[in-house]
Amino acid sequence: MSRQPPRRGLAERAAEFAREWSVPRQLRGADHRREAAEAAISRTLRPRLEEADRVGTSICPYCAVGCAQLIYARDGRPIHVEGDPRSPVNQGTLCPKGAATFGLMTSPMRLDRCLHRVPGATAWREVTLDWAMDRIAHLVRRTRDETFVKDLPDGTPLNHTLGIASMGGATLDNEENYLIKKLFSGGLGMVFVENQARV
Amino acid sequence: MPQWDLANSDCVLVMGSNMAENHPIAFRFVLQAKARGATIIHADPRFTRTSAMADIYAPIRAGTDVAFLGGIIRHVLEHDLWFREWAIPYTNIATILGEDYRDAEDGDGLFSGWQEESRKYSPESWQYEGVTMPSALAESYVDTEGFCEATKRLHEGPPPRDPTLQHPRCVYQVMKRHFARYTPEMVERVTGCPREVFLKVCEALARNSGRERTTAICYAVGWNHHSTGVQIIRSGAILQALLGNVGRPGGGMLALRGHTSIQGSTDIPTLYDMLPGYLPQPHAFKPHSTLESYLDAETSPTGWWRNFPKYAVSLLRAWYGEAAAPENGWGFDWVPRIVGDHSQLPLTVAMRNRIIRGLFVMGQNPVVGSSNSLLVQRGLADLDWMVVRDFAETDTASFWRDGHLVRSGGMRPEDIRTEVFLMPAALSGEKAGSFTNTHRLLQWHDKVVPPPGDSRSEHWFVYHLGRRLKDLYAASEREEDRAIRALTWEYPVDDEGEPDAEAILQEINGYTWPDRTLLPDFEALKEDGSTACGCWIYSGVFPKPGENRSRARRPDGPEGPGTHLGWGFAWPSNRRTLNNRASADPEGRPWSERKRLVWWDEAKQEWASPDQIDFPKDKRPDYEPDWSRKPAGMDAISGRQPFIMIPDGVAGLFVPSGLKDGPLPAHYEPVESPVANPLYGQSISPAAKRWEHADNPVHGTGDPRWPHVLTTFRLTEHHSGGTPTRLVPTTAELQPEGFAEIPTELARALGIRSTDWVVISTPRGAIETRALVTDRLRPWRLDGRMVHQIALPWHFGWVGYATGDVANVLTAVVGDPNTGMHENKALTCALRPGRLRRAGGAGVAREAR
Repeated sequence: MSRQPPRRGLAERAAEFAREWSVPRQLRGADHRREAAEAAISRTLRPRLEEADRVGTSICPYCAVGCAQLIYARDGRPIHVEGDPRSPVNQGTLCPKGAATFGLMTSPMRLDRCLHRVPGATAWREVTLDWAMDRIAHLVRRTRDETFVKDLPDGTPLNHTLGIASMGGATLDNEENYLIKKLFSGGLGMVFVENQARV
Repeated sequence: MPQWDLANSDCVLVMGSNMAENHPIAFRFVLQAKARGATIIHADPRFTRTSAMADIYAPIRAGTDVAFLGGIIRHVLEHDLWFREWAIPYTNIATILGEDYRDAEDGDGLFSGWQEESRKYSPESWQYEGVTMPSALAESYVDTEGFCEATKRLHEGPPPRDPTLQHPRCVYQVMKRHFARYTPEMVERVTGCPREVFLKVCEALARNSGRERTTAICYAVGWNHHSTGVQIIRSGAILQALLGNVGRPGGGMLALRGHTSIQGSTDIPTLYDMLPGYLPQPHAFKPHSTLESYLDAETSPTGWWRNFPKYAVSLLRAWYGEAAAPENGWGFDWVPRIVGDHSQLPLTVAMRNRIIRGLFVMGQNPVVGSSNSLLVQRGLADLDWMVVRDFAETDTASFWRDGHLVRSGGMRPEDIRTEVFLMPAALSGEKAGSFTNTHRLLQWHDKVVPPPGDSRSEHWFVYHLGRRLKDLYAASEREEDRAIRALTWEYPVDDEGEPDAEAILQEINGYTWPDRTLLPDFEALKEDGSTACGCWIYSGVFPKPGENRSRARRPDGPEGPGTHLGWGFAWPSNRRTLNNRASADPEGRPWSERKRLVWWDEAKQEWASPDQIDFPKDKRPDYEPDWSRKPAGMDAISGRQPFIMIPDGVAGLFVPSGLKDGPLPAHYEPVESPVANPLYGQSISPAAKRWEHADNPVHGTGDPRWPHVLTTFRLTEHHSGGTPTRLVPTTAELQPEGFAEIPTELARALGIRSTDWVVISTPRGAIETRALVTDRLRPWRLDGRMVHQIALPWHFGWVGYATGDVANVLTAVVGDPNTGMHENKALTCALRPGRLRRAGGAGVAREAR
């Protein structure tokens, strides 16, 4: 987003220096902290956030301190993330990780397609989201049906499968955790449901 | 306690945490307290930026925290420095124990109740005289016949007490005896902390506690990650309760948690042993076979948990909707039963043993973050299928191509039969939802931009997976498929198919059944099926349509009370300081003007506070239960008992039930330690969780092949398993490569200089990394020999701009008896200069043993 001045020759730069040098302006009576201090380039600069067509409130995705953030976006893409000055937690500040949130959202390493690795394959292949979802649902059903245990031999109810496990949740929303626990535990009978709370 | 309340502390002890570097924004409040004259103390094995900002730095050997804190407890008791007027009424210090109790002092490190065959404690002998106590959380039934029947005695009267503290079996006398040998000399011998530094810490804590002053303790996983983790935290809590630093401004224990919503994912647990709101997951070997027996076993006779059935039935109604009926126990029969420990550590072992065949990994990176990474990677190779959902390719997702098995384990990707899906996930800012941050604060985040390409939220993924599975099972008549068919799964979706997160939060908040009127809070919940609620402690977060209180953004102004009740929503019922009744004396008056938070307003006949009261609002301080009527629930809690979640209303210095490794903290050495325990013949925690496996060898105490202490730590610039920072250019540039901190004396002895390659090894494996030679780590003289300590950041892996070998290759699957948390903060290792020999086909690189 930064605007680089164009490259110029020596004569042009000397002329500009004479024009922009603060001292003559000060001698003419301009305030050294105001008009005399102003550089030509600063007259052309505009705040980056002015380009935003949307700003929303967010919470830092890293540690649990819960710093509030403001995400600025233009044309559906983030252009800046900063601390929310209203927050009693962070009062506008962010740490080096929180300040990297914009870099996280726009990382060149970010993935935007579904990848699939066939057993024994040496590389990924791209698949559609729909295909992946259907295939996963099929695998879940097959593994669940093969491993589900309804009761112990003495009749004690189990209603569970040890055959499918889930890891993760601490980076996710409360509502996402709720759906995971509800579907995996309450719907499918999975008991190996764990997140980073013990890691 | 709220983080900002630290600014009101007169003393802050940071221990088990490098707060300045790992929670820097929260540390601002510690520095604000310091600017107002507070004393800041840091106790830690490494001298860090937190130590640099502290008034007192107390160095301790990794894994000796109970000895250090136990020493402070002894000092406070011995010199009568505790807050008597607070602790006698508000804790169980005066309560009298039964005659069967034997302390660890009498058992050379073993408490009474130890059963050698099952390697477990039975807590029957830890009970109060004539009264059996249920635990407040999910552990009340402890494999003991008649246990829950025995707790019914709580209706008949309070546990016996001796407020003069003279009774030889009162908790005060028991504790004095238990901690008698934790002298400054013993503290120095065990922890290595010089006694004069230790005494300065004791004096600072005592001086800054009492009516006029409060001390706070901040801790993080530097306390949790030990085989004694729970007892370390208990030691801190005992100390705070003795000093009266609970429920008061600037006092308390602040758990500095590691992930943004790790609190939320504990409250709404993606954890094996709990249902939402700290209800126990039913257990096949406890009396949980029917709803009736489950409620009977788990409902506390007295205290707030008497309401347990309302919360359990409302959850079942939320999950199973119309299909939930009294005949099927409101659907309780479909809830899966656990049969043992299914937590992280045994989960990885179960993958390796091919019990688990399919795995979901959502926003986690277990190849880097889980103990014994080689065991984990072998386990992943044993799976039939794995679904990884993250914002980029993680080390876990690429284990079959770039992991240790392929790089040095003699395996080829062709040999690994795991089918792997890698699906791009949306980040906060690209989806709407709430996080629960440290201090129980729910904060909503908006969807500001759409996620790129095929990236989707987990709302989307789980919702659509569930929808597909409900279709696949729609025609099933099998009893075992009733749950998935009955599961309520109707959420409004937008044009992209994204479910409405606010609709899910409304289900979590609760509504009436079947007309779905939102509930104002959990006091409206019923046990007759007329209410549905996904997580009772969150009830009140969405009390009316359009009123999402987690989205509230109204901070107090500079003139406001500073409780910020209009910013987010803190569970329960927006209470910012838990147990805040304790900020007033038994008569309901603030302990001092300076530490005023809650008081009884006689004119209005109710409690008053700038906070929400964590106590029945109109319960008079002089209310006493009428024991002739066998009171239940809150009727059995007097007006001067602030701890309403505990069955006897007071803080438990001594814990009669709920703990698996003893009713009082005792120092045990880490499972892998260079020295034997100087305090007891029982060297390590007898109840520590162990998983025997050929891939998980653990060595005994003082093994000369592994002479150095190893501890792990985190960096400001990296986050946990590293994915969200190693793949981000700025943070990767700031900390570009893995390294190990090595003390100067050891480096000199081995001829190691900074930036040299070194190999660190344990019985589980070996890694190579760069040396950072530093005085931040000091050598310890233990029982006449020098012991060195090496420290490793554990974020690194092979993916991203910032890479390094995986520290968790070295760690063991060994856990705390209560939580199953690993012991990665204290183990032992070998060190040599040089690089690893990675011979193809020779098995994963291991140093000679």
